[in-house]
Amino acid sequence: MSYPVEQNEKFAAYARPERLVSTEWLAGAIEAGALDGGELVVLESDEDVLLYETGHIPGAVKIDWHTDLNDEVTRDFVDGATFAAMAAAKGISRESSVFFYGDKSNWWATYALWVFTLFGHEDVRILDGGRDKWIAEGRPTTTETTVPTPGEYPVVERNDAPVRAFKEDVLAHFGKPLIDVRSPEEYTGQRTHMPAYPEEGAMRGGHIPTAASIPWGRAAAEDGTYRNRTELEALYLGEAGLKEGDDVVAYCRIGERSSHSWFALKYLLGFDTVRNYDGSWTEWGNAVRVPIVRGTERGTVPSAR
Amino acid sequence: MNTSALPAALAEIVDDFQALTEPERLQLLLEFSRGLPELPERLKDHPELMEQVVECQTPLFLSIETEPHDGDTPDVVRLFFKAPAEAPTTRGFAGVLHEGLDGLSAQQILDVPDDMPELLGLTRAITPLRMRGMSAMLGRVKRKVAAAAPQQSPAPHS
Repeated sequence: MSYPVEQNEKFAAYARPERLVSTEWLAGAIEAGALDGGELVVLESDEDVLLYETGHIPGAVKIDWHTDLNDEVTRDFVDGATFAAMAAAKGISRESSVFFYGDKSNWWATYALWVFTLFGHEDVRILDGGRDKWIAEGRPTTTETTVPTPGEYPVVERNDAPVRAFKEDVLAHFGKPLIDVRSPEEYTGQRTHMPAYPEEGAMRGGHIPTAASIPWGRAAAEDGTYRNRTELEALYLGEAGLKEGDDVVAYCRIGERSSHSWFALKYLLGFDTVRNYDGSWTEWGNAVRVPIVRGTERGTVPSAR
Repeated sequence: MNTSALPAALAEIVDDFQALTEPERLQLLLEFSRGLPELPERLKDHPELMEQVVECQTPLFLSIETEPHDGDTPDVVRLFFKAPAEAPTTRGFAGVLHEGLDGLSAQQILDVPDDMPELLGLTRAITPLRMRGMSAMLGRVKRKVAAAAPQQSPAPHS
């Protein structure tokens, strides 16, 4: 970790306190000139592609999940060369500390952080509470687009296996815990898409057998910050029934909401093996002959075909 | 498809977008989001008169009113949109539709091709998903206009 780590009581209770920063702490760091040398880069990752332009944290650089991180043709993430060029253009070097924040309780910020993790970028952190908290606190914003000094980023091959699950991995995972982070209506199969997202639908509704339903937003407090350790434990260890050392797969619809839960499981509760299944329901709910459970019951491990 | 099938104001907007590079198109959409007019007082106080477009990613409310014209001139349709400041893309789309369609006749609005949003050249920059939100917005405007003017019908597809 190149940049100093914030110390506070809430973060100290988490498994990896160094993965979060508070708005207050970041504001102080920016005031002290932290963004001047390229050692620390702040990235804003939003769902709305124009939100950054309406005002952002001074010195923050925009990253767009669609145009910067997704491959334009294949349903996959960019390759090592594209990632290196993108990162360098945003002023990021391999040893830079990268802080992510964004709209919707950091939904897209955690997604971007997760993609950086596929490339093994070491020091990545989330601004607890994200964009909404920063603005609610009346902290400074600017509409001036940050023009970064290009960084130097090596071409690193993506290493998906530790944190990314594919459909085949999920089929082989049965018997171990799965977390479904979608809305209850999507989980039961009452809806085949999110209330406001009809185009990310699926042919079939329901959930992957045995998956526990823990909607992603329950890990966030009203101000968009992560809930404290005790609350997260009640959610994932209590309600979902996870046990220490479990190998966990989280999924949603395209893998963005589950990035938020993935971050909580991996860094705040400290599960070593947590993978995000980014194919998620838009793949599973359209795939041929995969097992599905409808209704509120988790269901049982399907017998092998 | 070219812009000749579009009402003049909308055709001009489409031409403006098409003349720009992709990053500039986003800037123009941002300007439309800033230019979306505030609701008149009578609608501000009556949110129940506005209808939510559920297909959009963020809450967008819209309402239409028909203004009678004297003589042979057809009635004109006035459009009212409301979208939060933290949803600039949705606001931008609403701004385009407002500037392009407000004050036209019902028939002119019903004749706008459903795939008009694709002409703005934004699909690559803002994802097909977000583009469909705009198509849904146009569709909702047309449905409301059709419902308010039942004697008129969309022109047959050519």
